[in-house]
Amino acid sequence: MQEQRAPNARHWPLIAGLVALSAPLVVMYLYQVIDTVTTTPPGSIIPDGVTLGHWRFLAGPLSEGGPSVWSLAGNTLVFATCTALVVTSVSVTAAYALSRLNMPGRGFFLGGLIVLHAFPTITLIVAVFLILQYMGLYDTLTGVILVKVAFELPFGIWIMKGFYDSVPWEIEMAGVTDGADRFTVWRLLVLPQVQPGLAALLIFSFLSGWSEFILPLVLAPANAPQVLATYLAGIIADDRFADFSLFKAVSIFYALPVLAIYMIFQKKLMNIYGGGTKG
Amino acid sequence: MRLVLDGFTKRFGDTTVIDALDLTVEDGEMIALLGPSGCGKSTTLFAIAGLHRVDGGRILFGERDVAQVSAQERNVGIVFQNYALYPHMTVAQNIAFPLRVRGASVADMDRKVREIAGLVQIGELLERKPAQLSGGQQQRVALARALVRKPDVLLLDEPLANLDAKLRMEMRSEIRRVQLETGITAILVTHDQVEAMSMCDRIALMKAGGIVQIAEPAEMYDNPADRYVAGFLGNPPIAFLDAVSDDILRLAGGAALGAAGTLQGLGPIALGVRPEHYGPGKGVPLDGTVIMLETHGREDLFEVELAGGGRLRAILPAGSGVRPGTTVDWGIDMTRVFAFSPEGRRL
Ligand SMILES: Nc1ncnc2c1ncn2[C@@H]1O[C@H](COP(=O)(O)OP(=O)(O)OP(=O)(O)O)[C@@H](O)[C@H]1O
Ligand SMILES: [Mg+2]
Repeated sequence: MQEQRAPNARHWPLIAGLVALSAPLVVMYLYQVIDTVTTTPPGSIIPDGVTLGHWRFLAGPLSEGGPSVWSLAGNTLVFATCTALVVTSVSVTAAYALSRLNMPGRGFFLGGLIVLHAFPTITLIVAVFLILQYMGLYDTLTGVILVKVAFELPFGIWIMKGFYDSVPWEIEMAGVTDGADRFTVWRLLVLPQVQPGLAALLIFSFLSGWSEFILPLVLAPANAPQVLATYLAGIIADDRFADFSLFKAVSIFYALPVLAIYMIFQKKLMNIYGGGTKG
Repeated sequence: MRLVLDGFTKRFGDTTVIDALDLTVEDGEMIALLGPSGCGKSTTLFAIAGLHRVDGGRILFGERDVAQVSAQERNVGIVFQNYALYPHMTVAQNIAFPLRVRGASVADMDRKVREIAGLVQIGELLERKPAQLSGGQQQRVALARALVRKPDVLLLDEPLANLDAKLRMEMRSEIRRVQLETGITAILVTHDQVEAMSMCDRIALMKAGGIVQIAEPAEMYDNPADRYVAGFLGNPPIAFLDAVSDDILRLAGGAALGAAGTLQGLGPIALGVRPEHYGPGKGVPLDGTVIMLETHGREDLFEVELAGGGRLRAILPAGSGVRPGTTVDWGIDMTRVFAFSPEGRRL
């Protein structure tokens, strides 16, 4: 064990190889950050001046009457939070029913879940567009949230079902003979066992909502962009002259919360990839 | 409280697992449901608890038929094989759970939890989580949780199966002590005959969804109802010999055993001989060769191949000096032999 942990001579070629392979990535990230606070003459890769001008979007709208990045961040936050809450609360109840309750149509729902899980849901976008239009939810954040939730649910339910499946039946049998009704058993005895899955799903679907791009783009393409992802796309699509340094600055602004969340909740997120086997 | 199963029937889909089973457990009695794997012991237990729907017959707690009553309203305490403690709760919270869902006051819960924890001797573990307990301690917690609400019936589903041999012996007498002290009616499910014989007032021996014999342990051992019961009880197990009974009784290999007595003229039968009833200087000597020796410490177990065919087991105090390969002329104590018809009926 000891021998394996300390990098000895035999490992150096390996490490050198990895460094060489990942160097381009590191350089890219480095420039991503450097470019947001410097000016670089066209054709050069060496910056010639320091500026905070690329961060001007934080101070106010980029163009007269354009959206403020803060209100977009707010929208994105609402979008991601609602998605996470609805996905998690529906998954956590639906998965219990699919895992434990002997209800009619259980096989059908389970089959449907697997099909939807594997199905490229984005191909449904035209049908979804028509339905939203019909319901009057087209071009609203509510509409996008509903669609996003629907697309995320198969994954969420599947994950939570995995966690429920690993809770021993005897716990519930003991609860019922102890005099608790099924709902109390679920709330007081089973839910605490799947709590790691719950937390992971909450974070995961929040991140998924935060980075969603296609759905707001297609389903809520109002004059003003609605979320950060579409705002970001707008910056390079907008003009004949695209401001890449501005684009990079906004990207960092957009990515920071994701990075923070990953760093804080790394361990919890790993639970999902464990498939709930250890609960 | 007296518990009666009257024509209890249970099916899973099309297969009938338990067919019209009758069983009475007297008030304060502890009875063992003993039988091989898959014979329906757990199914019966879960039906009594209300965890399985009943497909026929009555289940009486005292005078009340609870066959259609939900598990929550039955007041049954169960101890599961894997204990099924609630892992996120402390020992105290685990034990208090049945009281909590009944809306007991905090003071009341606290008092009862302490009382029952004292009874099963886990008073100093109350603040621990189940994961911080040994198997035996978890067992005691499960027992306390089952008992704290003063159930009408206590059900134990193979409670000792997960414990090591030494702890199993300790918990055997512990569970029995607690059951006697509380005077609660109890059913113990087990496939371990030693457990059943040492802990219970009576044993109900099951086979393929039915009860073959109900009796006190000693009575069942000394007077088995059929060949199956005789073969199930006893460790090391009984040995069977083919025999023929006309005017005298002789083994299938030809050796005469003596007068046939009440068995006269029955033709081919089987004799069941327990290891302790075969050995040097017991009844008619039979020629045989020792083919196997197992040392059990205090005593030795021998397997003997008889000259005329058939094998017998003998158990002798250690130090007899008999080695495998020795020819012996040990005999069978004919007064203690069971006779069975070819179909396994007791004769
Ligand atoms: N849910 C079920 N669906 C279908 N068959 C079942 C179900 N539960 C049990 N059985 C069947 O019923 C029979 C009795 O099962 P049971 O669990 O009562 O056996 P057991 O005596 O407790 O055995 P063991 O000692 O192995 O626990 C078995 O043949 C089993 O396959
Ligand atoms: Mg069983």
